[in-house]
Amino acid sequence: VTLRDKSCVTGIGETAYMRGSTKTAFELQIESSLKAIADAGLTPRDIDGVIPIGIVSGTADDFIENFGIPDLRFSALVPHGGASPAMALQCAAAAVATGACNHVLITFGRNVSAAANKAGARIHSMPQFHYVTEFEHPMGASAPAQLYAPMARRHMELYGTTVAQFGEVAVACRMHALLNDNAVMKKPITLEDHRNSRMIADPFRLLDCSLESDGGAAVIVSAAERAGDLRHRRIFIAGVAEGHPDSPGSITQRPDMTSLGIAKAAPRAFRMAGVTPADIDVAQIYDCFTYAVIRQVEDMGFCAKGEGGPFVEGGRLQLGGALPTNTHGGLLSQAHVWGLNHIVELVRQLRGDGGRAQVPDAELGVVTGYGDLGDGALAIMRRG
Amino acid sequence: MTTMTTPTRPAQIATDLSRPYWDAAAQGRLVLQCCAACGKIRHYPRLLCDSCYSDTAHWVPASGYGAIHSWTVAHHAFHPAFADELPYVLVTVDLAEGVRALGRWRGDTSLALGLRVRGRFETRADGVDLVFEPLPDQDGADDVPARAPER
Repeated sequence: VTLRDKSCVTGIGETAYMRGSTKTAFELQIESSLKAIADAGLTPRDIDGVIPIGIVSGTADDFIENFGIPDLRFSALVPHGGASPAMALQCAAAAVATGACNHVLITFGRNVSAAANKAGARIHSMPQFHYVTEFEHPMGASAPAQLYAPMARRHMELYGTTVAQFGEVAVACRMHALLNDNAVMKKPITLEDHRNSRMIADPFRLLDCSLESDGGAAVIVSAAERAGDLRHRRIFIAGVAEGHPDSPGSITQRPDMTSLGIAKAAPRAFRMAGVTPADIDVAQIYDCFTYAVIRQVEDMGFCAKGEGGPFVEGGRLQLGGALPTNTHGGLLSQAHVWGLNHIVELVRQLRGDGGRAQVPDAELGVVTGYGDLGDGALAIMRRG
Repeated sequence: MTTMTTPTRPAQIATDLSRPYWDAAAQGRLVLQCCAACGKIRHYPRLLCDSCYSDTAHWVPASGYGAIHSWTVAHHAFHPAFADELPYVLVTVDLAEGVRALGRWRGDTSLALGLRVRGRFETRADGVDLVFEPLPDQDGADDVPARAPER
């Protein structure tokens, strides 16, 4: 039994991304959901499974009530922050592969412009951060930048990873954002701009940190045999897996703080898909911080541990490079909607709808998620 | 003219599980959970020993000695109570007992992996801070117990 090619992403939808939206998180979530449903060629009543991402906006009940869904047959919550969308792909693939339901809506909306939603304040009410809240937040280790920085610093000290290598990730994402009309960041940046940006939590500078954005994004995962008569060519989920780091609730206590959950998941996903990293044409890698991309290319096996820094040099992640990555601009330069925009972009690329950022002949791609303190997931997709 | 009040820091709120840690910290002592069945030391506090699954533990004093595992320097205050302290250094320390601690750095030595340190609690108005400083003699292996004293 395998989930390989049992499901397809059949619909994608996004709102405009911005700061200062006047819409609520739920309004943004509904708007992107309706777009994804229409993109698939379905109606809202055809949705018989729903995975609302996070607990910041609508619940499964809200979708039944607003869409008039007569018989929702599957719902789930995947509470792992930015890893949740990619983990939800596995959850949805399993649900449709077993026949529990046919069309799963994975949907997210957020409005961070409300003062109560700032990153430093938000996480401390979440149960998965209880160790941070009790032992670290009171000493001034409050926000993800401060909690993740020791991982990056240790990687730099052990392997010689450099500020310029972090900058390569930031520059590649910004170059791609400039090709995307729905990207928040509009100005080009250089490696010097990156190095000169103000320090936030050493070694993270401002341009190492992802955006805070308002917006919504949604995708539909359908049973493969139900996907053939929908609007678009089938985009198969060929391999999918999630993984959790040791000591998931505390980076401080993690035996190897430079290893993430995706290191456990990646071999499973590539084995399921029957491909290797060398086969991948395009990647959408969760980029909460530049360092996270360097870490994940190692953990997925694109290069050996410690070689992620040199790997991203020389424009390898840029369009035209060997591994075009975050062709929408990523969380660093398009928008931060917990990585659902990464899934949307991978589907767009594999359909050949990537516009000015299209990777020629993209047939096989990977998308990753990274959440909370290092939970991870990835999906390998291929065009049908 | 308005009177400015200093924002209060996030509170150190003990749980039933962690209360002995905070009670000891208030007296300036660093203590760690130790499995009553197999002797494995664990931190941060949790219900079960992940080695033998015993839920019975007692608390043992830590030596305070350790070595730098990593660090960060905060240049931006994500909570307003820390704005006046910028920049401040947070260190992750491998304690001699085999677990780690996060603390504030009180040294002026430039940081490096493996730098040998000792921790203590500093009292503040609303609680305690675990702080670490470098050992004066970085080569003196004798002053750092390799293992926690037997209980």
